[in-house]
Amino acid sequence: MIDFQLSDNDQSRLDLIRQQALICRQHARYYDEHEEEFAPELIEEAVALGDPSKLPGEPSPDDSSLPVMAMLATMGQMWGDYTVRARRPEAALGNAALSASGTDQQKMRWGRENLAMAITEPGCGSDPSKVQTTAVLDEATNEWVLNGEKIFVTTGCRSTGGVVWASIDKSAGRAGIKSFLVMKDAPGFSVSHKEKKLGIRADDTATFVFQDCRIPRDQLLGGDEGIAQKGSGGFRGVMKTFNMTRPATAAFGLGITEAALDFTREQLEAAGIELDYGAGVGRQSALADRFMRLEAYFESARLNMLHAVWLAGEGKPNNLESSVCKAHAGNVVRRVISGCIELLGPLGVSREQLIEKWMRDSRIVDIYEGTGQIQRLIVARGLLDYTREELK
Amino acid sequence: MIAFGPTEEQELVREAMREFAADALRPVARELDEASDLPSELLDTIAQLGLVSTSIPEAHGGGGEPRSPITNALVLEELAHADAALALAAMVPAGFANAIADFGTPEQQQAYLPALCGDSFQACAIAAVEPGAFCDPELPQTKAEPKGNDAFVISGAKAFVPLADRASHFLVIARSNGGLDAFVVDREARGLTISEREKHMGLKALPTCGLELERVEVPASARLGGAAGCDVRRLLDGGRAALAAVMTGVSRAVLEYCIPYTKDRVAFDEAIARKQAIAFMLAEMHIETEGMRWLTWRAAADLENGRPATRSAHHARTIAADKCMWIADNGVQCLGGHGYIREHPVEIWYRNARTLGVLEGTLYL
Repeated sequence: MIDFQLSDNDQSRLDLIRQQALICRQHARYYDEHEEEFAPELIEEAVALGDPSKLPGEPSPDDSSLPVMAMLATMGQMWGDYTVRARRPEAALGNAALSASGTDQQKMRWGRENLAMAITEPGCGSDPSKVQTTAVLDEATNEWVLNGEKIFVTTGCRSTGGVVWASIDKSAGRAGIKSFLVMKDAPGFSVSHKEKKLGIRADDTATFVFQDCRIPRDQLLGGDEGIAQKGSGGFRGVMKTFNMTRPATAAFGLGITEAALDFTREQLEAAGIELDYGAGVGRQSALADRFMRLEAYFESARLNMLHAVWLAGEGKPNNLESSVCKAHAGNVVRRVISGCIELLGPLGVSREQLIEKWMRDSRIVDIYEGTGQIQRLIVARGLLDYTREELK
Repeated sequence: MIAFGPTEEQELVREAMREFAADALRPVARELDEASDLPSELLDTIAQLGLVSTSIPEAHGGGGEPRSPITNALVLEELAHADAALALAAMVPAGFANAIADFGTPEQQQAYLPALCGDSFQACAIAAVEPGAFCDPELPQTKAEPKGNDAFVISGAKAFVPLADRASHFLVIARSNGGLDAFVVDREARGLTISEREKHMGLKALPTCGLELERVEVPASARLGGAAGCDVRRLLDGGRAALAAVMTGVSRAVLEYCIPYTKDRVAFDEAIARKQAIAFMLAEMHIETEGMRWLTWRAAADLENGRPATRSAHHARTIAADKCMWIADNGVQCLGGHGYIREHPVEIWYRNARTLGVLEGTLYL
């Protein structure tokens, strides 16, 4: 079936999320300007409106699939604010890696923790196969000993631990990289600081330092010590988690972009500029024509994102499509918000309004979870049927 | 529900069209473009696919399948993947028939639909575009004035009317009573002059002509929808969505041609596809093609389910026109000098993309 109409259930859930988001938005400027503080775990006034995940009515066959609704819900939250949410999510990126690659025992034990994902290092970002952090097994104590530094760790300050990439055998390259579950109370683990950023300032972006940090042997994610077996352990498992997190990242940016479009549309309406989608270009004001184009770019990226997660809901592979939508959104969101500001004029860059913040916030979308260039590499390899070696 | 899955039936149609287009249309596309020719034998072969008749009610001689703008969008993408000019030729009468089926009175349906259900190709076309720059199909200069209670007199000019060299009837969009209307005009109507075949940069195999309407008198029953008239804006929405489907097909064709070419072409000791400058171009061509297809489907779904489609059709057409041109442009660039030579199809697609992006109302999903 081909359809793009939300069911009543879908719609009422998203309406509630938007109501909550609007309340959260009232706090957006404060936390943007008070970077050193953390946004609250929950905004009571917003939570009091109800739980959007609990539907008032009976589920209907017309309802969208869970992954699709999850992304629309994410867009709805981001429409309010990137960081201030009705209720902060309990799970973080590391939890996604745990559920994709952990053993049952590990999932039981750490599933309720808030786990950050620590991959990037000062000297390596897009090419994580070059991580310098090491993990050495101390046979005497049955412990892994970690040494190294991880930067740009999202939720790093407030997480209770993290999934940390480290090499157990540098000569083995990618195959030597494993993921470790490291809790904050591990000896030799410190969180050094919260980063100062262009946007998403309220967000918790930290640095992890490991100095002879010791963790029990069974905290290797997946519990597989089959060293240097291609495809075992962390690397591939983590790559698999990107198939949902990449569309989610696209959804972050698209939610913010929708806010910017809605704000600009209100301003156009207030100025008496009509949006007539049927009129020829000769009858359009330059403002209306450009606005409708920006909207079209947004809609196109939004559908690419929904397509990627719809596939996931159908149980179909979506590796290529995850990268398609991430690359697309990364580009579109900043072009559209910047384009809205161009139409709005100086009001658009005023810190009295939020749209300048939205532009700064959305700039991250083309960078984290794999830059736009990395996504294009993945898409191109898929199209050309090339291996990583044939196209780098 | 948000869903991107064609039904099994739609998949079968898509598969069959893909095969037909690859076997019967792509191989002759260059030759017909060069000759500006559209042989009637080819059109008769197309007629046997039942593209027009399938969804016409059985009472009027058709297949009685439900009208589906979504299925039509799938068909158009596949046909245009082979060649856009031939895709338009194949689907122009369907646009006319769909308009009669959606907006026509029972008498109009009985009068015009049966002739479109035969085994040989029957040409009919919508006339929306007008000569001159900045044409806006919602502001036609062509006027229809009532003459008494039972006739209209139509005056004006139309351009880019597809298949006008052979069409038996035209659906002429005109201003009347302060609003917009469409009138069925017989090829033989007194006062109607059909020009010589027009010459265009693209879609050269598709014959188009101008129409001169000099006080053409038609009976009141020629007004589409009878006394109630018809929703011309919706007709144009359906046209925009249809053109977006065609441009999606062209975009995919360009990408699918460039992939093997750039894998094969060697420069500086390796396939140019292995260079990021080319590989990223291909990646973006794919990203944009996907986006325009979903926008097209969304507009088609709005049309199919009776929802307002002006906004979604505008989005689909805007992105398709913009990105199809950009993709065709990159297609030529991927082939370098060879892309400029009238041997590879990217040269046709480049001209066609520019032409498709400015069309209005030639089709109706």
